[in-house]
Amino acid sequence: MKFQGTDSYVATADLKVAVNAAITLQRPLLVKGEPGTGKTILAYEIAKALGRELITWHVKSTTKAQQGLYEYDAVSRLRDSQLGDARVHDIRNYIVKGKLWEAFTSPGHPILLIDEIDKADIEFPNDLLLELDRMEFFVYETGETVKAEQRPIVIITSNNEKELPDAFLRRCFFHYIRFPDRETMQSIVEVHFPKIQQELVREALTVFYDVRETPGLKKKPSTSELLDWLKLLMHEDLPLDVLKSRDTNKLIPPLAGALLKNEQDVHLFERLAFIAKRERN
Amino acid sequence: MFVNFFLELRKAKVPASLREYLTLIEAMKAGVPAYRVEDFYYLSRSALVKDERNLDKFDRVFSQVFNGMEFMSDEVSAEIPEEWLRKLAEKFLTDEEKAQIEALGGFEKLMETLRKRLEEQQGRHQGGNKWIGTAGTSPFGAYGYNPEGVRIGQDKSRHRRAVKVWDKREYKNLDDTVELGTRNIKVALRRLRQFAREGAEMELDMPGTIKSTANNAGYLDLKLQPERHNKVKVLILFDVGGSMDDHIRATEELFSAVRTEFKHMEYFYFHNCVYEKLWKDNRRRHTEFVPTWQVLNTYARDYKLIFVGDATMSPYEISYPGGSVEHWNEEPGQLWVQRLLEHWPKAAWLNPVQEKYWNYTPSVQLVRQLMTDRMFPLTLEGLERAMRELSR
Ligand SMILES: Nc1ncnc2c1ncn2[C@@H]1O[C@H](COP(=O)(O)OP(=O)(O)OP(=O)(O)O)[C@@H](O)[C@H]1O
Ligand SMILES: [Mg+2]
Repeated sequence: MKFQGTDSYVATADLKVAVNAAITLQRPLLVKGEPGTGKTILAYEIAKALGRELITWHVKSTTKAQQGLYEYDAVSRLRDSQLGDARVHDIRNYIVKGKLWEAFTSPGHPILLIDEIDKADIEFPNDLLLELDRMEFFVYETGETVKAEQRPIVIITSNNEKELPDAFLRRCFFHYIRFPDRETMQSIVEVHFPKIQQELVREALTVFYDVRETPGLKKKPSTSELLDWLKLLMHEDLPLDVLKSRDTNKLIPPLAGALLKNEQDVHLFERLAFIAKRERN
Repeated sequence: MFVNFFLELRKAKVPASLREYLTLIEAMKAGVPAYRVEDFYYLSRSALVKDERNLDKFDRVFSQVFNGMEFMSDEVSAEIPEEWLRKLAEKFLTDEEKAQIEALGGFEKLMETLRKRLEEQQGRHQGGNKWIGTAGTSPFGAYGYNPEGVRIGQDKSRHRRAVKVWDKREYKNLDDTVELGTRNIKVALRRLRQFAREGAEMELDMPGTIKSTANNAGYLDLKLQPERHNKVKVLILFDVGGSMDDHIRATEELFSAVRTEFKHMEYFYFHNCVYEKLWKDNRRRHTEFVPTWQVLNTYARDYKLIFVGDATMSPYEISYPGGSVEHWNEEPGQLWVQRLLEHWPKAAWLNPVQEKYWNYTPSVQLVRQLMTDRMFPLTLEGLERAMRELSR
């Protein structure tokens, strides 16, 4: 049972080793990398490749670790008691299962994605240490212990907004998705657009990496922007020589729409392209 | 069996723990990596490095430990004539570095830098797969660098063989001890934001209060949580013009982006050193300035003072009246710096110049003394130290 990438996801050799290490030793895999480098989608692809269910827990700034285990809905219980509902006598009716609980008890040995863990409080990862380590936790309200029959495969992503605690890091395998080089990017494009014209890809990638190199960009375009842009180029049937000639007047509108989303970046790019042209002439 | 590797990593400041080392061994036993050096490299990286900033250090150690061991006998080294070295230097050093080296006193220094460079380049042409058996006994003298003279392994073969993955040094720009660039400026921002969050007041936690009140059979049980906003007040003084030109964009971007995070953030400009005038608009600096006294009287003592500047100037500009390059200053710059520091005891100086060059510039040393050592390089790691200093 090894992960080899899928027909819709290009996994580099190092990523495969990291994923397989996490699967084999049943430890969480922490994935970092620039935005849009396929961190989130990875968990989906692993689930797909292994034919497993995927449970996703998308973390927000207000998410608490406890919510992943369970929540006791005291407010409903209070309300029910006012209404004289008989349910009120069984506390179990007010225990809401969290994603970890779900993942621990799901029969299919699922994949659990904890997406953007760095969004939450600094304490969040620490609060989950024990639960992720032992894959069990205790429900105080009912006195029961929830324990994973089979340890789920845990994929955790982070965008680096916060440092994660060392104790947490020591328990994970780690993979940093490096921004894809040209060759890898070409494969990624092909996976998304199998019928795309080779020459278009070649020219577009050249422009794309040039744009990324532009010094001072506020937001470098990433894989997902490249894919959007290519879709646009194919749709508009932009003549190839526009890309080749690098005539920015023609290039900027489709670029601005998809690749450069920040107005200042568009200006910067125009200016640089203008200088480059002047130097050529 | 890889103890040596592990120890070398620790020596190179990659904070791998024993627990992680054992995980690596466990994964080896479980057959995670196929029998290829690359797979072992990927696995050990994934098990031992948890921070992309350390990936480059890891690569260097890996290369050191696992490349050059069994090709020892093949090693062809030669004494290299100086002329040849000069040529080599041209290849390895960027223009900027060459200029810096000129400024640092020419070839002597250059040799030293080059030597370091070569150290990193060593063993590149080597390879092979006997790595498992010999790993524990890696002799570090195996690559042909001899610190007495400059000797390097035969150059040609390096080009003949494919470069090893770990020798590509692909993670070099993630090491946070290098200056801020466009990539790590974002991370820097987040660091600053964290700093901004500190010192927040407590506010009423409504959901928490409802919940615990309900739990409490209806008796009110107030819960508090830290407020999301911050109380930190900062006053930033930017050095503009002259030698700062190269750095100004990065620093301004950094601080303008973080502005919204601070409830109170004020900034002013100065040139080289602080004197009796500061200004807000660099184009109208000669007409619209603010007397430094006024700034001193406006912002209370609980502001944190951050200077951003390269502190690179003639020492006169700091220590003598009339030393300023732009105008006649009645009082020496250092007096002004001292006044500011007396008024705002929480202060730090961020310097975009790499720390290793500080000692070569007398004015940097002077300013550093004035700051009682609270000068930090404008790198992620430096920022972190500065923030720690400021929040002490
Ligand atoms: N290796 C890859 N193979 C195939 N598609 C990829 C790959 N990497 C990225 N993509 C595409 O790029 C898009 C962005 O991926 P995803 O949303 O997973 O990125 P992310 O790293 O989670 O970004 P963010 O940090 O913004 O959350 C996806 O639609 C995916 O199809
Ligand atoms: Mg994502």
